[in-house]
Amino acid sequence: MTRETVLNAGLMTLLLVVPLAAWTFDEPFLITLATRAVIFAIAGIGLNLALGFGGLVSFGHAAFFGLGGYAMGILAHHAQTYTALATWPVAIEGTKSMPVIWLMAIGAGALAALVIGALSLRTKGVYFIMITLAFGQMLYYFAISWSAYGGEDGLSIYVRNGFPGLNTMDPIQFFAICYALLLIVLLSVNRVAQSSFGMMLRAARQSEDRVQAVGQAPFRLYLTAFTISGAITGLAGALFADLNRFVSPTMLSWQTSGEIMIFVILGGVGRVFGPVAGAALFILLEHSLGGSSEYWHIYLGAILLGVVLFARGGLYGFLAGREQADD
Amino acid sequence: MSWILLAEQTLNGLQFGVMLFLMAAGLTLIFGVMGLINLAHGSLYMIGAFAAAGTAAATGSFLLALAASLAAAAIAGVVIEVTVIRRLYDRDHLDQVLATFALILILSEGTRWIFGSFPLFLEVPDYLSGTVTLPLGVEYSRYRLSLIVVGLLVALGLFWMIARTRVGIRIRAGENDREMIGALGVDISRLYTLVFALGAALAGLAGALIGAIQSVQVGMGEPVLILAFVVIVIGGIGSIKGAFIGALLIGLTDTLGRFLLPKLFSLFLEPSAASSVGASLASMSIYILMAGVLLVRPRGLFGGT
Repeated sequence: MTRETVLNAGLMTLLLVVPLAAWTFDEPFLITLATRAVIFAIAGIGLNLALGFGGLVSFGHAAFFGLGGYAMGILAHHAQTYTALATWPVAIEGTKSMPVIWLMAIGAGALAALVIGALSLRTKGVYFIMITLAFGQMLYYFAISWSAYGGEDGLSIYVRNGFPGLNTMDPIQFFAICYALLLIVLLSVNRVAQSSFGMMLRAARQSEDRVQAVGQAPFRLYLTAFTISGAITGLAGALFADLNRFVSPTMLSWQTSGEIMIFVILGGVGRVFGPVAGAALFILLEHSLGGSSEYWHIYLGAILLGVVLFARGGLYGFLAGREQADD
Repeated sequence: MSWILLAEQTLNGLQFGVMLFLMAAGLTLIFGVMGLINLAHGSLYMIGAFAAAGTAAATGSFLLALAASLAAAAIAGVVIEVTVIRRLYDRDHLDQVLATFALILILSEGTRWIFGSFPLFLEVPDYLSGTVTLPLGVEYSRYRLSLIVVGLLVALGLFWMIARTRVGIRIRAGENDREMIGALGVDISRLYTLVFALGAALAGLAGALIGAIQSVQVGMGEPVLILAFVVIVIGGIGSIKGAFIGALLIGLTDTLGRFLLPKLFSLFLEPSAASSVGASLASMSIYILMAGVLLVRPRGLFGGT
């Protein structure tokens, strides 16, 4: 076992033990914090696939996060008001079923990432950063001006959506659902990273010409990675909206894109488990600093600046040493 | 009536455009010369606005307030460049984005800490308030008209500086070949600080000028920053001319879109639906414009190939 494997196992155990202990001692707030960390981790894993493995610096992942949130909000809104989502060409009803909502959120995230990616990936470098940022902002302003679904005020859902056989309003049961999804996402992304597609993607990040020379089109690799990335982040958005029972344009804002990026950077770019560590650390910082000072973003900014300037590998780079294999 | 309203909205679009140019010019210069993407440019805009509001409250002079905005933003620019930005020139864009994002967090919260969360107001001075009557009977705000004039003068000055002065020659040389001008004895690191301070001062001036129309508050810079990104993506990163054309395009598209699209939809939709569809589409119009430009020219209208 490498140090990284040990660290991964320790991290996942910690993320499970803390809420279980909180459940035993009846501290529901801690469970909610852990659930937030798990959901942010999923969002970060999504971004990491594009950013870490593909080298695609997307500053617009809030778009997919928010779309996932709105997929949940819109479906549940129609279900709780007993109105149809659409009557033509096919009748679509709202739903309060989590699995259906997840599928819709994943679909919405993937579709949006496919379209935004197809346009943005025509460009590189700084252009790509600014364009993804701009598309995210476009959806943000669209959500604000779309009064049918709450506009600036967002949408509230009275009761958390349901999962067969579980009481989702119980914090520990909702945590269990999110944790299980995190495990599934981690395993899938790990498989993707190990697959020939993942190898090609990382190769393309390092040298597009060589990838092209062996007969692969970098654009298609990038677009596939970006689409999967959007799908995962969309799922996280639906979970986050369900956690808060609320979705608003804030989920689509550029600050959210920045925060998702922070999860990836704090943990370590390009490590499968990096965003899990990053999200946990972010929640820890938010809770400890946010509790002691109203202006905790100053400290967050200083820490981020420190990590970028002096500790580029993030938490994983610090604890597990340099990345193996391809770097 | 309608034509006068259209003329007024066109002037508003022009005014928005020239102010966007002040922001975009600094961004595109900094990227062109140093290869740096600076998200904290919006914070410099905010610093300019706060410095102006503070000075105007203390002295009552609008011109002093504008001078203060230029000075404060330029000084902040120099401090930021020397302490942080300088370490980022050799880094990849991801590091630049993150470090300047961190700067936004620090500067925004720092400003909130000093000035509080409540918005400040910057009064338009008496000699610039009221309206003027333009030819064809168009009544237009005197202050907004002066913004257009000031913006165009600054743009002219900038073009002149870059085309005709020694500093301008160095800036252009820096865009073409950094190592060569270093070898020729130009102090590159001083040139970089200068360019950064110049971009910062322009952003600060824009913040102060706009601050008199809107309120001065934390977070005012980022929406403008993102619009300025759209501007330079359309114009081509590094091109001042592109920034100017792009800024006017965006200013006019945004303002006229908000004005005309609801009217357009009201021709075939009922009024409430028309206004909501029109407003939604208008809020997306500039991004659709950007996507359209990128489909045809992925490096912008005036970007290199």
